[in-house]
Amino acid sequence: MNFNYTEEQLALQDTLRRFIAKDYGFEHRRALAKAEPGFSREAWAQYADFGLLALPFSEDQGGLAGTPIDTMLVMEMVGRGLLLEPYLQTVVVAGSLIRDYGTATQQAELIPAVAGGELMMCLAHYEPEGRYDLHHVGTTAVRNANGWKISGHKCVVIGAPSADKFIVSARTSDGTRDEHGISLFVVDRGAPGLTLRSYPTQDGGRAAEVHLDHVQVGTDDLVGELNKGYVMVERAIDFGIAGLCAEAVGVMSALIEVTLEYLKTRKQFGAPLAKFQALQHRMADMAIATEQSRSMAILAAVGAKTDDAETRNRDITAAKAYIGQQARLVGQQAIQLHGGMGVTDELNVSHYFKRLTMICATFGDTDHHLGRFSATLMAA
Amino acid sequence: MDLDYTPEEQQFRAEVRDFIHSHLPKEISAKVHGGKRLAKEDFVRWQKILHHKGWGAPSWPRQFGGPGWNAVQQHIFDEECSDAGAPMQLPFGLKMVAPVIMTFGNKGQQDYFLPRIMDATDWWCQGYSEPGSGSDLASLKTRAERQGDHYVVNGQKTWNTLGQHADWIFCLVRTSTEGRQQEGISFLLIDMKTPGITVRPIIMLDGEHEINEVWFEDVKVPVENLIGQENKGWTYAKFLLGHERTGIAGVGRSKRELKKLKEIAHRQTAGGHSLMSDQRFRDRVAQVELELMALEITNLRVISSEHEKKAPGPEASILKIKGSEIQQMLTELQMQALGHYGLPYLHESLDATWEPDPMIGDYYPDYAGPLTGHYFNYRKTTIYGGSNEIQKNIICQMILGL
Repeated sequence: MNFNYTEEQLALQDTLRRFIAKDYGFEHRRALAKAEPGFSREAWAQYADFGLLALPFSEDQGGLAGTPIDTMLVMEMVGRGLLLEPYLQTVVVAGSLIRDYGTATQQAELIPAVAGGELMMCLAHYEPEGRYDLHHVGTTAVRNANGWKISGHKCVVIGAPSADKFIVSARTSDGTRDEHGISLFVVDRGAPGLTLRSYPTQDGGRAAEVHLDHVQVGTDDLVGELNKGYVMVERAIDFGIAGLCAEAVGVMSALIEVTLEYLKTRKQFGAPLAKFQALQHRMADMAIATEQSRSMAILAAVGAKTDDAETRNRDITAAKAYIGQQARLVGQQAIQLHGGMGVTDELNVSHYFKRLTMICATFGDTDHHLGRFSATLMAA
Repeated sequence: MDLDYTPEEQQFRAEVRDFIHSHLPKEISAKVHGGKRLAKEDFVRWQKILHHKGWGAPSWPRQFGGPGWNAVQQHIFDEECSDAGAPMQLPFGLKMVAPVIMTFGNKGQQDYFLPRIMDATDWWCQGYSEPGSGSDLASLKTRAERQGDHYVVNGQKTWNTLGQHADWIFCLVRTSTEGRQQEGISFLLIDMKTPGITVRPIIMLDGEHEINEVWFEDVKVPVENLIGQENKGWTYAKFLLGHERTGIAGVGRSKRELKKLKEIAHRQTAGGHSLMSDQRFRDRVAQVELELMALEITNLRVISSEHEKKAPGPEASILKIKGSEIQQMLTELQMQALGHYGLPYLHESLDATWEPDPMIGDYYPDYAGPLTGHYFNYRKTTIYGGSNEIQKNIICQMILGL
């Protein structure tokens, strides 16, 4: 058992910490979120230089063969800096999907481009009626002489507005809510019949409704095996959840720091707020919640590399459910302890809070994962 | 012990309901039910309609033009208004400054200001909090210096709600620095058109402009705008805070929002069925309903025991804490019900006239637009009007004697 980061990991963390302090200050981030495309291309190029975009790919694929712990470390910094770039979507989710299941041609074409910072991707999977159920796919792919024609609607696809390529799930067999019969396809952003309606998200990010109307894809665009897409999506989203858990921990740690600082400086009734025991105990609860969440984020990161889907799902889903609950506590109390200042747009605390709230609603909310976890108890 | 409304009260409820049904403009109630942004004109229009009927100031005694309703009647009125989707009657004039003017103001002030509050001629806002004085309000620093027949006011107020529309502001100002800080505070009424006043927006976390900073630079205020006696303002301020908590439970509004939450849960899908059939979610709705059922009765107990026209006692703190927590839970569950569609920030969806592009609107539920913003915005309810921490202090000191 070893909970220490390696020298390399510490160095990477330090690099990111300095990058955020120097190049990703709160006001800069606010300006980025307000204008299009909603993030910084320069920062993306920097991430490529830092090696972040090549991190999870094997050396054969031109990557750095990083571990899920490396990804966890990066995602924690994404949380601390409230970084807006679609790292999770491009590298952690879509990237891992191509890495694990893409054809040799797809890997050779897409991964070096992602690693080099030239290509952004995202998984377009969830549909309005399915809520968080991964097996709900009503989008259809109909076989024809040239490949398949895809029609359907994907909702709130985070990172879609900047994506150059999508991985789209579509039904090639069975019914809308069956696990079997889902297939994945690489779809070019410019493909005729693909329409985006983009909008900002509550946390300053960008997403889109992705509409597919008889979009033709070729035989080569199928990812992995036909009808076996469910497992691939589940695995990619498990990586995504592990990443989100780490991001949440980064946000929570930052909230503890800014709230502590506020309590020490803000004076009422002739004393700093930090002297009031009721508030001290609140801070203690928040600190406990954050440490417990960090433990669960580690469990998720380690669990994400497990090939056995059952064990992996159990750890990942436990982490998401648990961290969702703790993030709610930390976020709400950070606002409360800031008083009126907490509900303004002016301080970073509300921005951290909003990001945490959106993390909770992404890839399945707390109740979804609590339900999924508690269902595993029946099997035991 | 009898929890039923009397036949007279039921008759009263029917009368109120009929009136609201036939007089509340549909375009206004549609905005309220849809959580859309209300314009100043919407509030003013509804206030004028109520005034015309003689119901403009439900909590005022007859001598000042109120309907002379008792606490239970006021509660029934509030419930019916909330349920029908009437805009909230803003408290700053009606429930805050008016009782102070009635109780501590002189005849001239009463004759001038009260009718103008009732018929919505004047929009009032509050000048209490300052950047350095929030929970510790008595430490406020905005100065008013007497110069002949004027006070000259200098300083800064904050967390001023809807002051961008206001004609008048009531302010706590420091007129003396001698003795206890509570003893050097005065209560001034200030015309917002007076030179030297600057209103600066504070944008809230939901992106909306609801609150302001108000700056005073050598603002001349005639001495006749002083309420009561100089340096006695703290007494009036405490009196006002008591009145601010009347109705703070927000039971009527929460009942409406609970109903809306249930409608949303029935319309959203989960696991191939309605979200309402998801037991985990339904239990959360049930839990809020339990809280609200208890609060409704607690609220009725508190208001029934109130002596006529007297501000409620420290029990109001229980109503404030529970009321605000329930409001927060309701906004949170409404957001949670949306699933993915809690994420988009479609600011224009708050406009009543918003017509989404079909490629969004065919999927994005018509009720979704304001809900996440409301969740964010409603974090304020446990902070304003005396934070819930301060309310707990009051319960400890005044009820438990700690």
